[in-house]
Amino acid sequence: MSVYETLRHFADSYALVVMLAIFVTLCAWPFRPGATRHNRAAAHSIFKDENDGE
Amino acid sequence: MSMTERHKKLERNITLLSVATFVAVAIGGLVEIAPLFWIDNTIEEVEGMRPYTPLEQAGRDIYIREGCYSCHSQMVRPFRDEVERYGHYSLAAESMYDHPFQWGSKRTGPDLARVGGRYSDEWHVQHLENPQSVVPESVMPQYGFLLESELEVHDPAANLVALRRVGVPYSDRDIAQAREDMILQANPDAGGDVDEFLSRYPKAQVRDFDGQPQQLTEMDALVAYLQMLGTLVDFGSAAAQEELAEETGR
Amino acid sequence: MHAEAAIGRTGLWFAVLIVSILVFMTAADSGFAAHAVIVGITAFALMAMSAARFDPLGKAQGFFKMPEGPSKYDDDVIRWGVIATMFWGMAGLLVGVFIASQLAFPQLNFEPYLNFGRVRPLHTSAVIFAFGGNALIATSFYVVQRTCRTQLAFPALARFVFWGYQMFIVLAATGYLLGITQSKEYAEPEWYVDLWLTIVWIAYGAVFIGTIIRRHEPHIYVANWFYLAFIVTIAMLHVVNNLAIPVSFVGSRSYSAFSGVQDALTQWWYGHNAVGFFLTAGFLAMMYYFVPKQAERPVYSYRLSIIHFWSLIFLYIWAGPHHLHYTALPDWAQTLGMVFSVMLWMPSWGGMINGLMTLNGAWDKVRTDPIIRMMVMALAFYGMSTFEGPMLSIKSVNSLSHYTDWTIGHVHSGALGWNGMITFACMYYLVPRLWKRERMYSLRMINWHFWLATIGIVFYAASMWVAGVTQGLMWREYGADGYLVNSFADTVAALHPMYLMRAFGGLLYLSGAAIMSFNVWMTLAGRLREEAPMSDAPYDPQADHPIVQSAATAVPAE
Repeated sequence: MSVYETLRHFADSYALVVMLAIFVTLCAWPFRPGATRHNRAAAHSIFKDENDGE
Repeated sequence: MSMTERHKKLERNITLLSVATFVAVAIGGLVEIAPLFWIDNTIEEVEGMRPYTPLEQAGRDIYIREGCYSCHSQMVRPFRDEVERYGHYSLAAESMYDHPFQWGSKRTGPDLARVGGRYSDEWHVQHLENPQSVVPESVMPQYGFLLESELEVHDPAANLVALRRVGVPYSDRDIAQAREDMILQANPDAGGDVDEFLSRYPKAQVRDFDGQPQQLTEMDALVAYLQMLGTLVDFGSAAAQEELAEETGR
Repeated sequence: MHAEAAIGRTGLWFAVLIVSILVFMTAADSGFAAHAVIVGITAFALMAMSAARFDPLGKAQGFFKMPEGPSKYDDDVIRWGVIATMFWGMAGLLVGVFIASQLAFPQLNFEPYLNFGRVRPLHTSAVIFAFGGNALIATSFYVVQRTCRTQLAFPALARFVFWGYQMFIVLAATGYLLGITQSKEYAEPEWYVDLWLTIVWIAYGAVFIGTIIRRHEPHIYVANWFYLAFIVTIAMLHVVNNLAIPVSFVGSRSYSAFSGVQDALTQWWYGHNAVGFFLTAGFLAMMYYFVPKQAERPVYSYRLSIIHFWSLIFLYIWAGPHHLHYTALPDWAQTLGMVFSVMLWMPSWGGMINGLMTLNGAWDKVRTDPIIRMMVMALAFYGMSTFEGPMLSIKSVNSLSHYTDWTIGHVHSGALGWNGMITFACMYYLVPRLWKRERMYSLRMINWHFWLATIGIVFYAASMWVAGVTQGLMWREYGADGYLVNSFADTVAALHPMYLMRAFGGLLYLSGAAIMSFNVWMTLAGRLREEAPMSDAPYDPQADHPIVQSAATAVPAE
């Protein structure tokens, strides 16, 4: 079986569903509620102690 | 360790972030580029393709030096208008000895993949010297200095050796004869075995190219290169037809 | 001995040494050459003795402005970087206007050194690598220190990165004019310059990553992710695409390790990702720090920025083959390139939305703050060109647009609109802070710069769109008799007015940058232009009182 056919078989099987699930999970990952505080802190980190280090 | 902590770890660990980034950017290139190297081995060499002669290679080096690729492509696409304007569409095998490739990305001027034999040497010399005198609409720069510059190739054999190291099949004799071949191709009257040269470089054009037989100039080399572009493969041949069959669908 | 005297004396002996070497090389007879050698050896010995008498380290530390203590950010390299960005920006844009004029008036080619083919790579490298590269190095050093709350790691190496990079630029630029090129677009410098850049780049990576390692913030801010991806990926692309065998170790020429199809795909894998990681990821890093800072509000969605980062860097690398549609590249690779290019539209717009929405609730700043306005325009052009890019990568569109000026228009709407505008905005943000000035010399000049640049881009992009479509349609035009209608020369002649308009647009953009140079110059000189503020409802305290009905104080209605 050629590489093309192998890949084609892979893409036509449940592997596609699995890949889609992984993709959606990864995209949703940063939006999980547990990360809210952490993300907010990171976004605001550039405004802390604004004196240009003098 | 919970997933949240693991995620934070990625955002806080520069080594991990670097490695993950590298993996993410390496995948695409690997999948697309790597197969070309083993696929290429299965492609038959088209009949007629041969390495460039030392003079043609010197001309090609001048073509690169002057940045001709900025305005001229060497890749005819399989469209009716392009095939009618420039000739048969380009095959992968036709640039197999091109280090580096010269497909180009812009046609401020016309495609040159098959310019060989379309114009006379005199036309090329006059056109390079003063493009507007031949084509009034042209915006091409003038290259008259090529006619006055002696062709100075420090060591033609070294060029061929470097090319052999990257895979161009020059024979030991090709390398030993490099300088003589270069001079012979542009000035056959000065002596030398033209038939022997042609047996190593079939279809090579042997003559004075720039209209100054007593001098070997950069113009000789560049015109020799232009006059051989696209002339090596005979598209009527069986091998070429086979190659075409391999490349159907584009 | 005083250092000045020591340097002077060393220099004198050095000059003698050089003269003797020249004499040795050109000597007509061996006896004369031998005498030159004797003189040379003596001069060398005296030079070494003079040089040994003083401590050059102190001098060097003064010249290179090494940081004095850990309590201040190490900003000298960044100051040099800002000046270098301005200098190379002006140089690159000037060369751009020159080559644009050459295409309209071929008489402007001066053979051999100033022919279009040699000057064009000078323009592309000057704007991408000299202007863009210096902006990226300077801003990355600024951002990484601020977001990590620590000084640059390896200050000496950081100075080497700056000067080494300028050396790379000078070698590359002079090389093109002298005809030293390996002809790979945006990777033209030959093997020895490539090796030099590799060394500089590794040092750059070491300084950047070293600074992150010694940070005092737990989190690595998202701008640094983009800078990191830029540094890592450019290293990978640069090394692989420039693999070549030099003909001689004392000669400039080399031959690419790959040929034909493989070389083409490797080159455009590099070429497209020079756009993707140099001109996109790096400049997005600038966007993620400077837009929130100038708007004084955090980035719209930090979560979106995480998705933006990973999807952008993963997808971009696949898109290269769309530069080779309908060529001899295998079909599957072309299709893969097209599909990923179209997918790339999404993360690109995600990033643009993230940047623009940062201004949510502060949109009035677009009216009042010319720097914010520049940033918004940059993001708008980023959105436009990242829509146009996927569109042009669709094979049927590409069959018309490829090889034409449409591509040139597309590149410039990205380069002038996105990269240029965001860089200018960041420089305007940085200059007063780095030189401890209250503000730029003139805010109104920033406004002028903004409008000149914007109108310039409109001229440029519009003329190139028209030129590209005209060219593509004329090439494929068939008459009723079944023959091609236009000779190639006809299509060249048809483009002349478009080339004129393009050169004019470029001139406007250059004038904007010239105004900026003046503005920066005056700011550095410590001057503040007295001018009406950009936006202020006029207030006159004299008039701010109730009318008292008495003849003596009656004021005529205004």
